[in-house]
Amino acid sequence: MDVMEKDTATQVNWKMNDAFILNQSLRNDALAVLENTAFPTTRTEAWKYTRLTKIKNASYQTTQAIELTRTVGLDPNAIKLVFVNGHFNAALSSKSLPDGLKLIPLSQMDPAELMALGNTTENPEELFTAINTAYTTDGSYLHVSAKVNIEPTIELIHVSTGEQHISNIRHFITVEAFSKAAVVQHFLSENATDCFCNVVTEIAVAKNAHLTIDKLQEAADSNHFIGTENVKQQQDSVFTINTITLNGGIVRNNLNIKVAGSNCETNLNGAYILKGNQHVDNHTVVDHLVAHCNSNELYKGVIDGKATAVFNGKVFVRKDAQKINAFQSNGNVLLSDDATVNSKPELEIYADDVKCSHGSTTGQLDEEAIFYLRARGIGEHAAKQLMVGAFVGEVFEKIENEAFLNRINEILTERFSWNID
Amino acid sequence: MGYTENDLAKDLENSEYKFGFTTNIESDKAPIGLNEDIIRFISAKKNEPEWLLEFRLKSFKIWQEMTEPNWAHIHYNKPDFQAISYYSAPKQTKKYESWDDVDPEMKATMAKLGISLEEQQRLTGVAVDFVMDSVSVATSFKSKLKELGIIFCSFSEAVQEYPELIQKYMGSVVPVTDNFYAALNSAVFTDGSFCYIPKGVRCPMELSTYFRINEANTGQFERTLVVADEGSYVSYLEGCTAPQRDENQLHAAVVELIALNDAEIKYSTVQNWYPGDKNGDGGVFNFVTKRGICERNAKISWTQVETGSAVTWKYPSCILKGDNSIGEFYSVAVTNNYQQADTGTKMIHLGKNTKSTIISKGISAGKSHNSYRGLVQIHKNAQNARNFSQCDSLLMTDECGAHTFPYIECKNPSAKIEHEATTSKIGEDQIFYCLQRGISEEKAISLIVNGYCKEVLNQLPMEFAVEAQKLLSISLEGSVG
Repeated sequence: MDVMEKDTATQVNWKMNDAFILNQSLRNDALAVLENTAFPTTRTEAWKYTRLTKIKNASYQTTQAIELTRTVGLDPNAIKLVFVNGHFNAALSSKSLPDGLKLIPLSQMDPAELMALGNTTENPEELFTAINTAYTTDGSYLHVSAKVNIEPTIELIHVSTGEQHISNIRHFITVEAFSKAAVVQHFLSENATDCFCNVVTEIAVAKNAHLTIDKLQEAADSNHFIGTENVKQQQDSVFTINTITLNGGIVRNNLNIKVAGSNCETNLNGAYILKGNQHVDNHTVVDHLVAHCNSNELYKGVIDGKATAVFNGKVFVRKDAQKINAFQSNGNVLLSDDATVNSKPELEIYADDVKCSHGSTTGQLDEEAIFYLRARGIGEHAAKQLMVGAFVGEVFEKIENEAFLNRINEILTERFSWNID
Repeated sequence: MGYTENDLAKDLENSEYKFGFTTNIESDKAPIGLNEDIIRFISAKKNEPEWLLEFRLKSFKIWQEMTEPNWAHIHYNKPDFQAISYYSAPKQTKKYESWDDVDPEMKATMAKLGISLEEQQRLTGVAVDFVMDSVSVATSFKSKLKELGIIFCSFSEAVQEYPELIQKYMGSVVPVTDNFYAALNSAVFTDGSFCYIPKGVRCPMELSTYFRINEANTGQFERTLVVADEGSYVSYLEGCTAPQRDENQLHAAVVELIALNDAEIKYSTVQNWYPGDKNGDGGVFNFVTKRGICERNAKISWTQVETGSAVTWKYPSCILKGDNSIGEFYSVAVTNNYQQADTGTKMIHLGKNTKSTIISKGISAGKSHNSYRGLVQIHKNAQNARNFSQCDSLLMTDECGAHTFPYIECKNPSAKIEHEATTSKIGEDQIFYCLQRGISEEKAISLIVNGYCKEVLNQLPMEFAVEAQKLLSISLEGSVG
């Protein structure tokens, strides 16, 4: 059991197990990063609106593998890989896989293969990626062979349980040329308080491949989450990611997409419905390195209670990346006096023959529209629900996975007493 | 073949600065460098009261502890603050009795700038406070303004004659500690303009000041203070051109606007300092802090046409403190060759029913970079605050860059905020449409650029609109007819 000492630059006191090693040389580099990197504060531009004090001052520790009595999973036909507190749980995971799919927990992989995988890590000097690299609990290697269409969805399920537990999960997802897959990343908690989930996912989308990731975050509210997805797209590929945040404490999603091939399509959708003291921060970067690509980004949120939503979307269009269409839109509805929204849509354009735009709106429900509904005998709560549902519904409409949508509706009914159909 | 984009790019590259000339007037300069003694020298030279010297020294101490900010999207060689002379005044400092007494060479300078004072005095009725380097030389229409109780004079004159107003308002909107360049300015400012409009008075003419950097190696540290008392109105024009120089010149001005209850200030700027040559050598560094505060029912409107300077770094802002106050920002920023601009605005909504509008149009050509950076902040008590922002960027070549960095922070559920930004080049279909109707490509580009900027140009007062159009056409020569 290794301890991150108080005297390092990070100033945190977490007890983390270093039994599992992803890649020794990468780990040494990561430890050096931890040695020299201060914990981000709100003076750090990337963390301007997200205060990490609660995470910094917590006494997290890693646990051994824990058995879980409940069942997990959204779709009964899905292929499941389950992690409890960051450790692979064989009992809950699927045993058989379709042809063309490899889905292996990192802890069961050959060290040489692991080493090669580890080397694909992007931004290894970023603090939370370094923590993840140095103290990886477990993760998965997901590989879809060329020209294979994986029919069932693949569910990566992450359960936090207990108190003050930290999971450092690393996934490597590769879809080869002309293949197609849909992956669900589900984050939930079971009797958990003050847990912390730090996930890094490296995603490679080969040419002509189609990959969809649906991400659902519903861990109970004292559990914090920092997730980073590093995506690289090759030519003619289609990548879609839907990030839905419906519960949690501090939730930060870093989405870094490099579009490295021409004729790509990139879709980023997100919805967040917040209440209580939730804090959700969506940071997206779409980096258009080459010409003839389209990217669409739509993030919508409803903020109630004392919750805070942060959106920072950045679109780069590099020199010579002509004929790019990049659209970005962020909409927010504030429902209470103590709710806060910070929105920062950014464009950095170095090519001229492009069409790029972004929009950001913040407002409240239209009084007149509510009046219209009430005049027709619809109660105030129901009227508001209808309006909010229609507002966020635009994002939900983009999701194809039925089981995933059903779970969203369940949460909306349970947590927000909504009935949207 | 008609006029193609390649031709346009070539023309843009070749168009050199049209207003580059140097006036040979002997000037009275402070030794190079910056320390407490220099500040005492400036203060003594200007015969300043003790409180102002203390203000300067305090600012200097604060400045020494600050570090130069580097968060903006610009790259430049940081100025050496010890290699600048902080005071330079034309030697003949005696006040002119009549227009005939003014140095003929200076008159010629003005003529070259196209703002002949005689013309303006006679025809347009604009009172010009002409600042050649740091000391005001000629002020006109003063007596007429005096009748109405309007004070419009150089800053140093105001220090002598209206010390209570200066003491009350100086540093109240841009505190000394605000930023690195504001602190520097507070320590070493040499002159500037002061304007006070009494209660209920509507200023009958546009007030205008021409700033001009003239002496090589002289930093220009202007300070402008405009106070509009309750129920008054003033339209203030600021325009600048500077002679061609090879070294970078630093300009760190501070502009403070105070609009008391029911007052309105309209502040228009045309900025055309030397942008450097087509290889990116030379040019003015324009690091300016501009901010206004609105009390109840007050309105501040910033309009700027930015075509000059090698590096522009400025954010004219509004603090909407009073209920029902209004802030506006209209901007056209044109960058060419190696120019860099990082400009935008801050709208801070504190009062109820406050409204702000931001219209920003960026045009990048050559190898330049043009960024919009803005902040819209709705505080907790700003019930029914309303903001509309639109930031459009037009790209003329494939080597330039256009960037948008808006910050939107909302803490009140009744606020309505809209932000929209687009980046594109001139649409081929738009040009095609014009060509089809017998309009040449050059004319078409000119039409489109003009139309693109119209929303902002329309905000300029008549007297200024002509000059603004002139500057736009010089900056984008070949594209605007």
